[in-house]
This record gives sequence, structure tokens and C-alpha cells, in this order.
Amino acid sequence: MSAREEILGRVRAALADVAPATEPVVGPLAVEPTDAERLDLFVERVADYRAVVERVAEADLAAHVASLFAPGDRVVVPPGLPEDLVAALAHPVADNALGAADLDAADAVVTTAAVGIAETGTIVLDHGPGQGRRALTLVPDRHVCVVRAEQVVADVPQAVTRLAAAVRSGQPLTWISGPSATSDIELDRVEGVHGPRALHVVLVD
Amino acid sequence: MSRTFVGMPPFPTAAREALADTQLRHNLAHATGVIRAKRAALVEEQGEVWEPLRLAGAAVKQRALDDLATHLLTLEEQLTSAGATVHWARDAAEASQVVLDVARAHDVDEVVKVKSMVTAEIGLNEHLEAHGVAAWETDLAELIVQLAGDLPSHILVPAIHRNRAEVREIFLREMASAGRPAPADLTDEPAVLAAAAREHLREKFLRAKVGVSGANFAIAETGSLVVVESEGNGRMCLTLPEVLVSVVGIEKVVPTWAELDPLMRLLPRSSTGERMNPYTSVWSGVREGDGPQEVHVVLLDNGRTRALADQVGRQALRCIRCSACLNVCPVYERTGGHAYGSVYPGPIGAILNPLLHGQGDPQTDSLPYASSLCGACFEACPVRIDIPEVLVHLRTQVVDAHRSDRVPKAEAAAMRATAWAFSDASRLGLVERAAGLSGRVLGRLTRSTLPGGRAALGRLPGPGAAWTTARDLPAPPPESFRAWWARTDGGREDGS
Ligand code: SF4
Repeated sequence: MSAREEILGRVRAALADVAPATEPVVGPLAVEPTDAERLDLFVERVADYRAVVERVAEADLAAHVASLFAPGDRVVVPPGLPEDLVAALAHPVADNALGAADLDAADAVVTTAAVGIAETGTIVLDHGPGQGRRALTLVPDRHVCVVRAEQVVADVPQAVTRLAAAVRSGQPLTWISGPSATSDIELDRVEGVHGPRALHVVLVD
Repeated sequence: MSRTFVGMPPFPTAAREALADTQLRHNLAHATGVIRAKRAALVEEQGEVWEPLRLAGAAVKQRALDDLATHLLTLEEQLTSAGATVHWARDAAEASQVVLDVARAHDVDEVVKVKSMVTAEIGLNEHLEAHGVAAWETDLAELIVQLAGDLPSHILVPAIHRNRAEVREIFLREMASAGRPAPADLTDEPAVLAAAAREHLREKFLRAKVGVSGANFAIAETGSLVVVESEGNGRMCLTLPEVLVSVVGIEKVVPTWAELDPLMRLLPRSSTGERMNPYTSVWSGVREGDGPQEVHVVLLDNGRTRALADQVGRQALRCIRCSACLNVCPVYERTGGHAYGSVYPGPIGAILNPLLHGQGDPQTDSLPYASSLCGACFEACPVRIDIPEVLVHLRTQVVDAHRSDRVPKAEAAAMRATAWAFSDASRLGLVERAAGLSGRVLGRLTRSTLPGGRAALGRLPGPGAAWTTARDLPAPPPESFRAWWARTDGGREDGS
């Protein structure tokens, strides 16, 4: 008997006494905040992780993002990033199958996001246009992420609902809550281990 | 380089040794206290939502287990249609062999690993190493443990038994032989040590061809695996290599994408005491042009169906490995993880190990007694596993299994003594002095040194002989810190 058949057989035998529940479980929902509360909370909670977070008007976005870099910085730009953002950068590096070493040599990366979660201060990438493949937001040491007000949801249940279509179509997700961190040595929190050591979130509203 | 828990003495013996280690007790009390406080603040912030959330988390996992065969088949189908290769493994040996075969097919002599309890459970690193493939742990704590040739002592912070000065020494001494050496001017600042780990591991991430991971959740409906982490080493291993093998216990299944919600709200709060962990990766098989283009998933039994058949014990398979039960456990706080002799320590280890392995081994049989049945673990558990209920149930199984024994088991008596010692500080002092006394006697038999420089005993005389013929037992120190403090007034009087 194959391992597959044997394991499935053992599972069925073990559960002979059980009548399974068929309805999916729905987690409890909290009170819906107002738009203003939601965005304020998002900003507060992102900052809580010691990420830099700023609110910028649409008209100022490109100039503001460009101002975040030093003149010589090589900034990776994923396919689909809005053209005015790319045009404002001094040294944009397009991702035409950059190798890991190329990414390691870059100074930063600019992306958009799919969803922001106010309650937890999280940004979620579904790696669609403007967000790039996963390595792009991992290897460079600085990640600048542009999030739009209408992308910010109140909490995790709302985020899971919004992300369902992307997951069903096979897209990977990366949930990011602050810069990478460790508390492995005497429980002392250190920001910046293997992922970007600096996370910069720009909220457009 | 790596060590295993195989051959650890039963809990009471190991616990007595751990109790005599005051540094360990201090680190543990600090760590568990800090995480407990962070978790408590977040639970309070959730207010009235927290209890319904726990009920939802328990219901999702229970629903998944109750119809496990159906969900596993859906998972397999979805993974396969997403371009992944699904393997089934009855036991540790089969699972390890799958990983080795993949490594061999790509002709590599190393793999990079994300911290994963299941690969520790199956002894994967040892299997790979025995066949010439180095398995590099990339989580900072796991790296410390691996470089030191040590054993993990906590699910979440495996190196909690090491302080910063020790970590610095380990890095200076061991990093060079594993790759990029530590900088000569390394200090013991945690930020500096983390930076050294970043440099050391980055060269491995950038060149690795094969990555190995576990998974926190496996979503049947969409064929997605989920890894929850902090440092970004997980993302590195899941994204940069060309080939990825994930070993997933069959109990990790979550039926639908939407049901991930309560679990993602419960896990970070219960585990690190954060609203959300820094990074969560979700991927479904192969994504063209992004990440590994060859993806394997190993679905592992290794005793899980045994646990599933136990009507009282099967709830333990709901466990999401958050470690909240460890942090609230008065027994764990004093003994640490090593005393449990398994990758799964603490209250969950005390039930999960016997459920996975069955009765008969003295080490495993002693675990259901490593508890005062205070119930703190049940209250903390985000998926409401009634650990005390399962402990009592397993004790009856142990008793039943030993009914035919003519001689009373030594650990039965030892366990009563351990419980007695835990209950009172002055009694603990007595036990420490007794351990020190026998330590001085036993010290004459000292044969070798354990990692960390602690003396190890050779072969014990009398009843201890059976298990010390083949393995080392750490010698208790001649005098405990508490005894030294009392004798010398904290070093102010010269007691040397
Ligand atoms: S038994 Fe519960 S509290 Fe303990 S690690 Fe598992 S999920 Fe967490």
C-alpha cells in the first residue's frame, strides 16, 4: 500500500466516531470605525513598529517619493509602478530578471501595495502590477511602499476578504508589519535582520 | 554538529538538573514574564472579542481535523494543479528521505532552512548531514543553537538559555567553520550580534539552490501554505532558492481561505505578544517568474493519526505552536524546555509526545506527570486545548500500561518528589543541595564535557547504569548559586 493510501486509511479509521461539521467558521467581527479613525489608526499602528510613515496628497506623491532618496541611490522599480513615480527618480533600476546579487547591490525598492490593515499596522502585497515579484521587496535594505487610502481596511477579517481573489488566482502574498525584527537574544528587540532594515510607508489621501 | 533529544532521561531526572541551573532559571523567568505581559495587554485590548475569537480558532481547527481525509485530498489536488509535487510520508524516515532525494536530484551539498518544529521532530538535519548535505538553520536563535551544538529550549525563543556574552563567544568560535566568520571586533550588543548573523547568512541565502521549510497553515481550498515569521529569513528561504521543499504535518490543514482569519488574529498575539508578526508569506505551488520554480510538499503523519484516534487526546492536534502554554506554566518556567526531552516542550509537549508515540518509553511516560494541573495552559491556549483533561487521561493510560510491572517505577516516586519540590522555595533549596551533594560524589566519575562547558558524567553505578552506558548525563554543580549566596552573603564574605 502506498504511504498516501495508508495515511488516508488511518485518518478515516481514527475518525470513525466523528460526524464532521460542514459549515465554514466565521470569526467574530468588531465595530466598524469611521474613515478618519481607520486611517489615523493605520498611521499610528505602522509607526508602532518603528517604521516611518507619512501622509501625502496625491499631487505631491511623486516629488515626495523622489525626495526620500539620496542622489546616487539605485532604486529598484517593479513593472507596473505608476510612470510619474518612476520618472521622478534619479536612478530607477527596472526589474528585468535582476539576480539576487543585483538586488543585494541596490539601495532601495519602491512599490505599491494591495491592502493596508489599520488595526495591526500591516501592509499586504499580492505581487500584482507595481509590487513586483517577492524577492524585490526582500533583498534591498530599504522598502518604500505607497498605500492608497481606499486600500486601507479596518482589520484582519476585512483584509482576508479583500485578498481572496488574489489567492484564488494563485498569487503569493507577503504581509509586512514593520521592518524585519528579532528578539532572540535576551528578548531584546532588534529591528532589521534579513529583510529590509528600513520600511517607509507613504499613505496617499 | 547537531544534537537530538534521543536518549534524554525521564522528566524528573532532567528537571532536577535544570532546576539547579540558576542562570537558566533566571533567563526563563525573565523571558516568560515579558512575553506573558505583552500577551496579556493585547488580550485586554481585544476585550469582548477575545473569547469568541478563541472559540472560532478552536472551531476552525477542529472542523479541519474532523474531516481530515477530505481536506487533505482537496489540499493535494489544489497543490498539484498549482504545479507543486505532493509526497506523503508515514514517518520521520520517509519524510527525511524525500528531502534528501530532492537535494540529491539537484546535486547540492547544502540546503537553507526556515525554523520549523516539524523538521526538528523528524531529525531532518541529522539525516541530511549523515548523507553529506549541510542543513543551515537561518533563524537567529536556531543559528545560535546549531553553532553551539546545543538543543532548543523554547518553541519561540529556542536560545533563551543563552545570554548575550555566550552568543558572542559562540559566534566568534564557530561561525568561521560554517561560512563567513564573525567580525573580530564583535561586541555583545544584540544589534551587533544580529548584524553579524545577517552577514553570515546572507552569503548562504544568495547562493542556496534548495530551501526547506515547514508551514504554520496549509489552506486546502486554495492549495496555499502560510509561514509566519519575524526576521525575514523565512522569506529568503521561500523566495530565493530555485527549489523549495516544505514538510507539513497533516494536522496543519485549514479548510478554507476565509478561515485563516481567526487564526491570524490569534497566533501573533498568543505567541510573540504582537498584534501582527513582521512577515507572513502565503504561496500556492509554483508562481511563474517569482520564487522557486520547483515546489515539493511533504504531508507527514509520524504519529498524528495515532493521536487522532484518541478521542480525548485528538484535540491536541489543534495546536498552532504559539507557545503561550509554555509561558504561563509554573513547571516550565522552572525547568525550561530541555527537561521535556523533546522538540515539543512544556504543557503541549507533555501531551503531544505521548499521543504521537504511545506508552512504553520511560521518558515519554513521565511527561503527563510534569504538571500541577493548575489549568493556566488551558486558559491561555488560543485554540482552547484542554491540556489538564488530556494530561489526566494520559496518566491513566500510563498507569494501565504499567499494571503488570512487578517493581514500582522509579519515576513514579521521583515525580512525587518533584511535585513536592516545586511547591515551595525552601524545599527547592533542599533539592538543590541534595543535587549538589550527589553531584560532588558523581563528579569523581566525570568523563567529559557537555556543550556549554558543563561537566558530564560517565557511566553511573546502580540503577542509572542502563541509560548512562550510551549517553552523557550532565553532572550537577557541587554547590548551587542559592547555597553559595547564603554561605558567602552574596560574595561579600570570602567563601571562594
Ligand atoms: S497547546 Fe495551545 S497554547 Fe500551547 S502551543 Fe499549542 S496552541 Fe499554543
